[in-house]
Amino acid sequence: MGLKGLYISTKSYYLYTCKQYNQKVLKITSVKYKYPDGESFDFPDFECKEKEQLLILGSSGVGKSTLLHLLGGLLTTKHGSIELAGQNMTKLSNKALDQFRGTNIGIIFQKNHFISSLSVLENLLMSQYFSGGKEDEAKCKSLLDRLNIGEKAHKPIKTLSEGQKQRVAIARALANSPKLILADEPTSALDDDNCKEVITLLEEQAELAGAALVIVTHDARLKDIISNQITLSNQIALAK
Amino acid sequence: MKLLKLAWKNIIHNPLNLLLSIILFGLGIGLINFLILFNTQLKNKFDSNLAGIDLVIGAKGSPLQMILSSMYHVDAPTGNIKVSEVKTFLNPKHPLIKAAVPLSLGDNYKSYRIVGTTDSLMSFYSATLQQGKFYDRDLEVVIGRAVADDTELKLGDKFKSSHGFNDDDDLAHDHAAFKVVGILNGTGSVIDQLILTNPSTVWNVHDHTNEESASAPSEDDHDDHDHDGDGQPDHAAEDHDNHDHDGDGQPDHAPEDHAGHDHSAHDHGPLARTNAELLNYPNKEITTLLIKYRNRTNFQSLSMPRNINENTDMQAASPAIEINRLYSMIGSGRQMLQWLAALIGIISAISIFIVLLKSMRERKYELALIRVMGGSRSSLYSLITIEGMIMTAIGFFVGFILSHIGMEILAGSLKSSYKYSFTGWHFMIEEWMLLGISLLIGVIASLVPAISAARMDIHKTLNDR
Repeated sequence: MGLKGLYISTKSYYLYTCKQYNQKVLKITSVKYKYPDGESFDFPDFECKEKEQLLILGSSGVGKSTLLHLLGGLLTTKHGSIELAGQNMTKLSNKALDQFRGTNIGIIFQKNHFISSLSVLENLLMSQYFSGGKEDEAKCKSLLDRLNIGEKAHKPIKTLSEGQKQRVAIARALANSPKLILADEPTSALDDDNCKEVITLLEEQAELAGAALVIVTHDARLKDIISNQITLSNQIALAK
Repeated sequence: MKLLKLAWKNIIHNPLNLLLSIILFGLGIGLINFLILFNTQLKNKFDSNLAGIDLVIGAKGSPLQMILSSMYHVDAPTGNIKVSEVKTFLNPKHPLIKAAVPLSLGDNYKSYRIVGTTDSLMSFYSATLQQGKFYDRDLEVVIGRAVADDTELKLGDKFKSSHGFNDDDDLAHDHAAFKVVGILNGTGSVIDQLILTNPSTVWNVHDHTNEESASAPSEDDHDDHDHDGDGQPDHAAEDHDNHDHDGDGQPDHAPEDHAGHDHSAHDHGPLARTNAELLNYPNKEITTLLIKYRNRTNFQSLSMPRNINENTDMQAASPAIEINRLYSMIGSGRQMLQWLAALIGIISAISIFIVLLKSMRERKYELALIRVMGGSRSSLYSLITIEGMIMTAIGFFVGFILSHIGMEILAGSLKSSYKYSFTGWHFMIEEWMLLGISLLIGVIASLVPAISAARMDIHKTLNDR
């Protein structure tokens, strides 16, 4: 546990009355994934607590994306268990997994994709619609305000700059108040200043939303910012 | 509802992609719907004008032409027949015939045909007088609703006819002026487009014409207009221009009669108003005789047309049979057009399929994203299917509007050339079926794109940078 982890656990001490607080949100146990072409990955066991941040590091080809997609329920495996908020995702049916993912996981991709025919606000509302939750326009607007893009709410996605798009992607990931936020290489294309700014933003927003934040990256700069880390290497990941 | 909205936004987001497919689909549907509209109205027109008429008797020639000219008033007659030839059919005591109505054609006013007939014709088409009275003198006419509306003739108005069936000033008869004495209620049948008068008026107008050309050089006195009461046996049809033949020179004003022997028959009132009066002029001509049987399944009734065709110089034809023949002739052309329309429809369905597949591939990240946001495989299937259905629905409405506009344009041209009233604003239950079929085509065209969207591997798609 680094300094950051200590800070969080200190805070949890004061807020212990909140029942769920500081509980394990994410727990990975003996997960393996084997591709049809024979390539296989063994992932280390790890856990993540509420409001905790975790960095999953590794160079390309070590199964980072595979792990991210397994955590996000975009890929399923029969080996091992991935528990999120007490639910073992590997045991869910396809449809239940779609629903579970929509409600509990917010994912921010390296490249920001949106439904291009919709406005910024409509994209957030769509996220709430597809997860089966209630569409809450006020909440979406306040999320956009919090991310300083409130004035873009009714603009088409294509009018936004890349930085603004990333903020919309963050807002969308938060729209369903997920338990877990996954970010895939959020900083690799950014310079140092922007890198720091984006990570700070992600940390803040995840904490405000009460969600655990897992960042998957090869960006070594993040090592100094988020101390809670796992490094994947050559199919044997080293837990730090 | 949300999916529908999303599908709609996706479609209008990139309208150029879809424009061609939608227009193509609209053309196919439009052509099919136009054929349905036209066919239905044509059939309605034919059927309503059958008016229970079982047989038409006229001069030998094309039976279809005879039927078209004397029942639908769209073609030239096959010729004339003499009253004496049909006198048995005019007898009210004929055992097989319930009603027989003579028609004499030959003139028009503004291309509305003037028909010399008896008042029984009105009962054939269930027509009733709206204003005025039925004609009882020569040159008095009762006009149908469409004639009244179009020519704006009113009771008491006078007009001059022209010869033949086309409105042509060169052929105008400049002697006889018709007078409107009655206007019929609209019936929706062909009688709305007719100008009715008694058969003798038609004779007189034409006998005059014929005689004028034959005898004008030798009979200068016709221009004097002074034979009233002078008892001249041959003063012919010019009389009628004087409008004063009542009770004076009546016996003589039909030239053929002077060769005949029955002057006594027309000593009173107008000439032939009824079948009985018509029988007094055996040498006069009528164009056709419309007949209703007492019992149409009677064996003798069934053999009557054959007897007429084999044993007389006339022909008899059944309207129902001839119209069916006409249908089957039109039918092959219509079928060709239907195949063409179906072909356009199929091509457009394929183009919708291609457009959807292409747009699905272009949007694969978007679709994967929907899954990430919690959408299921069936959400994607529904989304793509709804997009296909929206496209065919738009195509349907394009076709719907095109076909009704097309029908209205055709109706205008049919009205001016045939005086038949078609309309573009007739809507049918079949059009709902066509909408259903269009939506079904939308579902089928989007089947493959929708399935491949639903089966998409989101892990691969999102990793594919």
